[in-house]
Amino acid sequence: MQYNVLVVDDSKLARMVMASAFRRIRPEWTLVETANADEALAAVSTKKIDIALIDFNMPDTDGLELVAKIHKTHPGMPVAVVSANVQDEIIGRARELNAGFIPKPLTDDALAAFLSGAALRLKKVAT
Amino acid sequence: MSPNGIDLTEIEQDALAEIANMGVSRAANSLRQMVGEQVLLSVPSVQIVTRLAASKLVERNDAKRLVAVQQSFEGPFDGRALLIFPEAHSLELVRSIVGNEHSLDDVIDLEQEALAETGNIILNGCLATIANMLHRTMRMSLPSIVRGDGAILFGSDTSAEQFVLFLYIDFNIKKRDVRGFIALLMDLPSIAALKEIVNDYVNSIQKQSPSHVG
Repeated sequence: MQYNVLVVDDSKLARMVMASAFRRIRPEWTLVETANADEALAAVSTKKIDIALIDFNMPDTDGLELVAKIHKTHPGMPVAVVSANVQDEIIGRARELNAGFIPKPLTDDALAAFLSGAALRLKKVAT
Repeated sequence: MSPNGIDLTEIEQDALAEIANMGVSRAANSLRQMVGEQVLLSVPSVQIVTRLAASKLVERNDAKRLVAVQQSFEGPFDGRALLIFPEAHSLELVRSIVGNEHSLDDVIDLEQEALAETGNIILNGCLATIANMLHRTMRMSLPSIVRGDGAILFGSDTSAEQFVLFLYIDFNIKKRDVRGFIALLMDLPSIAALKEIVNDYVNSIQKQSPSHVG
């Protein structure tokens, strides 16, 4: 099964790192890259997005606020917050929002683990 | 083009901000463990500015009297990392680390040592994350404490017009009246070396090297 994954990060470098990891782990999946919350919300409402990976520390709307907004319209979408900010409060708030947490610097293992879980959840919903 | 002849491209600027952000975010978690409260961070700022302009950026409104813990680093590029806060916040930071049960005299006695140790943990954490990401080794000096205005902290009293690479992130500790900056300062020769390393790093991601890239 192939999925469309939304990547939200204000850093182009971070999006490149993410795209590079996908080329190794899930080369057949499609990435939709956006640089802020507004672009991300537009993508979610106009495109078929299955999974979202969202940076925490962004100007204006932060990643946790964006997760909450996306879940309002797409409650079942597997979402992870991606951040080097590994403070308990951030991880705890992600969990409360029913989102995963992937630490930066990004590793293939951490990303692969989240994506496997997300794919399983999507399959369950589909059957 | 900036007047100093060295300019950062868009992707270099972006990469430095992201790398600094990761270093500081990791370091903020160490501070969070020490004070037991969430540490809030701003988005990073990366600029090539004069020492004078850098010193003005950390002097905000009421807070010209600053305290900084600083560590020099040497390696493929050299510079200084600083944890800076208004002098008025220094004792509150120490108090939030050592606990409320200590008297003011105790806190004043502990101040120097507590600041050095806090700076050491935070700045080392930040620099170690950056060094690991870039696959480089950096040597760090012992922390020292500097008090004064921005000019004293950044040496702009003697070389105000000299250009430096200045990266900084604001932090503040939720529920405590403590805020400040984590800043990295590098001179021109180091900027050129850093540009090269950052470009290697960006290229390694684009080339999709099979090894782990970050």
